[in-house]
Amino acid sequence: MVLTALVLIPLAASAAAFLLRANGLRRGLLLAASLAHAALTAASWITPPAPAFHGNLALDPLGQLFLTLISLVFLAAALYGVNYLGGEEAGPRQDFQGQGLFLNAPEARFTACLLLFLASMTLTVLAQNLALVWVGVEATTLASAPLIYFHRHSRSLEAAWKYLMVCSVGIALALIGNILLSAAQPGGASSMLLSELIRSAPAMRQPWLKAAFVFTLVGYGTKMGLAPMHTWLPDAHSEAPSMGSALFSGILLNCAFLGILRVYQVALSAGLASFCQELFLAFGLFSMGLAAVFIVGQGDYKRMLAYSSVEHMGLLVLGLGLGGGAVFGSMLHAVNHSLAKSMLFLLSGNILAVYHSKSTYDVRGVTRALPATGWLWLLGFLAITGTPPFGAFVSEFTILRQAFAAGRFGVAATALVFLALIFIGMSVSVLRMAQGTVPPDAQRRLRPEPALSLISPLVLGLAALALGLVIPETLRQLLQQATAALGS
Amino acid sequence: MRELLDPMAASVILANLLLLACSRLQVGVTLAAIQGILLSLAPLALPQAEPNLYLAAFCATALCVKGLIFPWMLSRTLQRVKARREMEPLLGYNLSVLAGIAGLVLAVWLRGQLGLADALALPATAAFMTGITGFLLVIIRRKAITQVIGYLVAENGIFLFGTLVSSHAELWVELSMLLDLFVAIFVMGIAIHNIGQEFASINTDRIESLKD
Repeated sequence: MVLTALVLIPLAASAAAFLLRANGLRRGLLLAASLAHAALTAASWITPPAPAFHGNLALDPLGQLFLTLISLVFLAAALYGVNYLGGEEAGPRQDFQGQGLFLNAPEARFTACLLLFLASMTLTVLAQNLALVWVGVEATTLASAPLIYFHRHSRSLEAAWKYLMVCSVGIALALIGNILLSAAQPGGASSMLLSELIRSAPAMRQPWLKAAFVFTLVGYGTKMGLAPMHTWLPDAHSEAPSMGSALFSGILLNCAFLGILRVYQVALSAGLASFCQELFLAFGLFSMGLAAVFIVGQGDYKRMLAYSSVEHMGLLVLGLGLGGGAVFGSMLHAVNHSLAKSMLFLLSGNILAVYHSKSTYDVRGVTRALPATGWLWLLGFLAITGTPPFGAFVSEFTILRQAFAAGRFGVAATALVFLALIFIGMSVSVLRMAQGTVPPDAQRRLRPEPALSLISPLVLGLAALALGLVIPETLRQLLQQATAALGS
Repeated sequence: MRELLDPMAASVILANLLLLACSRLQVGVTLAAIQGILLSLAPLALPQAEPNLYLAAFCATALCVKGLIFPWMLSRTLQRVKARREMEPLLGYNLSVLAGIAGLVLAVWLRGQLGLADALALPATAAFMTGITGFLLVIIRRKAITQVIGYLVAENGIFLFGTLVSSHAELWVELSMLLDLFVAIFVMGIAIHNIGQEFASINTDRIESLKD
């Protein structure tokens, strides 16, 4: 019941949002639907919900972890959206990158797609049937492509097209992975239910299973933003409206990550741990390295945040690749990254609204012009780069400690160099933005900062800080159960 | 029906080569549709098939979607954007066909690696080659709409492979995938329409302002 409602509520709200005319009412609906989603998610922590549809929908520890992130970040974005969408009302507006005037997409369509996006992500994390996971991930692509094309100009259209094509091809590869997995079962496919697959995995034909894992990793890895399949990610994140970028980085990438984890669970049961871990290590380090290269000297702060997502996705799979304690670190890092990155993207929306520029050279004096946003921006930078006492420090430390404990000094040293480079690269841009004198045209647009645009980033930032100080016992248990499902 | 499986597979392979050789967009759409129709009948012709109403309904749905709805949607998009009628290849047509033949060789090799039943040898080769052709078309053709045709062809290959190796108890899964695909083509059609308006062209080499 609860599980069905989790998918159906945003779905129904999406249809209603499409039909509602009044902007205020529709924003209220968005907030109400995300509150209802969050309430159901909170209830699922207290009483575990019963599986639905013959076990095709169920909530296991991994699903619970990612569902909670989805619910939390979406609620934060929806709350932020009330004010954000108020500033994006209809009418032609100037493209500040000098291509004349453009219109926004109708807000009803944007809100409807947002809610559809929530429904499809929820389906992805609740699905226990791997084919249904695939359907969910594909649906997230289709629901979110219109979000990128909210500001209707040529750049956002280009980003949306790239996103649609690159991710569709990626997801087609993941589909091949799915089919290979079903064909790997001895005596033909019997079921795509995760529990059945894990049970029958030891008897599966190994070459098929290996091929299935590679295809799934590359396929969902495209959507997750692992290099070198990440090409859509910086474009989509820089062109989408900021609340959309926050959802993309904060939770969509996690959904694709979960798709990989599901197949990894099957591969683990078949005894393919070392085969998979080597692949994880390679993709992880390559993603971090590529992100480091593009973050150093990056002149566009939304692209900088996007490349930072590539880095953190790399860290997540690196943790899996190292195994042992690093898997716990990886799960914890998924939480920390979601919190800090969605906070930063929401703040980037505040900055963009005043400065009308994405260049780190044009945006100066943020702490003076927008004190609350500016200081939160600095804190967010510390949180995302894993500076103590923020949560990301604990998770990155856990991952690297395992690297040293396992004697993989080369991996640890390389990862540390990349992390240091990224820290330096981001700090140059972020500090340049924070300091200096406010340019005159931004000065003219200054208004008191609306509280609604600050509450969400503040709460997300506080959560990222709190996780660095103490991990609540219930969360620790959940993380341990999730880690146990991944064989560590 | 079973004796029809190999001719079906051979026609699918032929359609791939024609797709790589053809220069007209509308012909490409039609070829992809014919291929889709051939493929959607495959489940009935499989050695393990037990023809029943459920299976027939499934094939009929797949046939309608792949053979009628997709080509209709794509043709309509083509008319609305008033694109020039050629494919405008990045890689010439002759070289494309050669690449397709290389893809066929690769497909034969892949099929050998997986050790499928002998009865499925040719259909499995056709499935792999169709997938490869689709991905090739996405890469070596310049227009946004040819990328969609390529994507459809790749999905055709995956669909055929899926029907060859999966059981019929899981047909609802394939149906939900078809639904996803339907929405995908729909969204892509809207995107192409917008691209046509915004850039006055649907050549993807015009859209390259975003880079580092």
